[in-house]
Amino acid sequence: MNLEEYKGVYVYAQQVDNEISGIAYELLGKAKELAAPLNTDVTAVLIGSDVKGLADSLAEYGADKVIVVDDPELKDYRTEPYAHALACVINKYKPEIVLVGATAIGRDLGPTVSARVATGLTADCTVLEIGDFPLVAVPGKEDEQKHNQLLMTRPAFGGNTIATIACPNNRPQMATVRPGVMQKIEPIKGAKANIEEYNPGFTPDKRYVTIKEVVKAVSNTVDIMDAKILVSGGRGVGSPDNFKILEDLAAVLGGTVSCSRAVVDSGWKPKDLQVGQTGKTVRPNVYFAIGISGAIQHVAGMEESDIIVAINKDEDAPIFDVADYGIVGDLNKIVPALTESLKAELAAK
Amino acid sequence: MKIVVCIKQVPDTKGGVKFNPDGTLDRAAMLAIMNPDDKAGLEAALRLKDQYGAEVTVLTMGLPKATDVLREAIAMGADKGILVTDRVLGGADTWATSTTIAGAIRNLEYDLIITGRQAIDGDTAQVGPQIAEHLQIPVISYAQDIKVDGNTVTVQRQYDDRYHVLEVQMPCLITALSELNEPRYMTPGGIFDACSAEITTWGRADLKDVDDSNLGLAGSPTKIAKASDKVRKGAGEKVTPDSPEDAVAYLIGKFKEKHVI
Repeated sequence: MNLEEYKGVYVYAQQVDNEISGIAYELLGKAKELAAPLNTDVTAVLIGSDVKGLADSLAEYGADKVIVVDDPELKDYRTEPYAHALACVINKYKPEIVLVGATAIGRDLGPTVSARVATGLTADCTVLEIGDFPLVAVPGKEDEQKHNQLLMTRPAFGGNTIATIACPNNRPQMATVRPGVMQKIEPIKGAKANIEEYNPGFTPDKRYVTIKEVVKAVSNTVDIMDAKILVSGGRGVGSPDNFKILEDLAAVLGGTVSCSRAVVDSGWKPKDLQVGQTGKTVRPNVYFAIGISGAIQHVAGMEESDIIVAINKDEDAPIFDVADYGIVGDLNKIVPALTESLKAELAAK
Repeated sequence: MKIVVCIKQVPDTKGGVKFNPDGTLDRAAMLAIMNPDDKAGLEAALRLKDQYGAEVTVLTMGLPKATDVLREAIAMGADKGILVTDRVLGGADTWATSTTIAGAIRNLEYDLIITGRQAIDGDTAQVGPQIAEHLQIPVISYAQDIKVDGNTVTVQRQYDDRYHVLEVQMPCLITALSELNEPRYMTPGGIFDACSAEITTWGRADLKDVDDSNLGLAGSPTKIAKASDKVRKGAGEKVTPDSPEDAVAYLIGKFKEKHVI
């Protein structure tokens, strides 16, 4: 493998139902930052059926070039035709870096493709930067230190440890990136990318599974990853009906209700409202943790919030270890009183 | 039907996390358990065995003490346990791990391979799909329901806002979510059997069609540049107000101070 042949920062531009996922724009923002010190450009890889019209929006968010793989076989996501498409793009265009969202799609596509093109993949990254590997040259072996490497930082052990990983001897350097962590750029209206269509050919074989049915969760709520105020409830809320008091608080502040895994597991709220390691990573301006004990997996998904308010009757709940303002008390009394008081305060303004 | 379930012994990070006084992780104090997603995968295999009859082989890669999780799996109802262990396999990333496990599975007959979606120590979710890639068989990740009819497997594949009902022919690999089921407990008879069960141990020489350059630390494309225990944001204020009114007054004061309202 001649590493020098590999050029450019590529982003897998995930789309679902022919709508670009937010993570694609976030990755483009990060890709632009990474491309600068490498003196290279940013390419989005758009894979789907009848998706060419989405290419311009990728340009507005920072793609210099868009490679479109458009084929009827690619209508809904399936590991096989998608992995074939992305692996063929990598083999043909030889990118230096490939970023994929750590979504339920990307965490299937990424590993399959990285194994197919025989390179490393670092999962669920939260920090990406260009630097040296090893970080500090070994004395006497200064010339063995590699420059301009992708340094990929990720949490492990349920968020208790942090590791920075490099992929010095294989290309491309591949990472999946947690949604909600990287910043999109302010879109450049009217920006146009250089669009290139490429179809590697698709021949269904035993590895193409059949989609018998697509069952969508019914949800009219705002994406909790975009919310500025989140009022999050845990098992301590007591019942699905009692979430009403959280909804009232959220409504006063223009916020959104989210929840812990325990609430989803109990069937009280749908999965797309779940914060935490197996749910979504959020960082609102204010995060209310109400009746949430604060398991490490939950904390991993919300600890970057600007202000964390915890209300819990158990004074030893671990959530108080990360809360800026922790209140030991009965949520059933405090939350409605807070809602009323906020209503009065805001009305007086 | 022959089912291979891949399991991993992991430190218990769920609730059982222990810290040293300096805030670093106290790994020695943490229990070693069977990874939860893998246990759900094993339970799914055992239910297929109950329903249709199947031979369930559990396979793990790790240190010799990982035989504990193989014996636990046998106590739950698995038929055979295989430990893949060798000094040269240590320090493997997901590429080298999946290469190793695929090399071990090539020695076995199988219709269905089940792995957990991800392990709670690394959380990568990569090894399952990569084993399938090395074996050139179809993969379905994130399974929340598995049904078998003849040679056809029907799986509910979970996504963020939906699930797909997928149909695939065996042989195939499925990665299991822990919400798939509630794993059974070990039975007294099972524990008795597990104590006396013979565990097959394989080393490097037993792996089929794998190249040394793809194994262990040296064969891992990804390299650790730095690792540290995360220093968590410290606790802020914690108050125990006398009344809900006091609690509200406290919060309103803070919200004004921070310009939330």
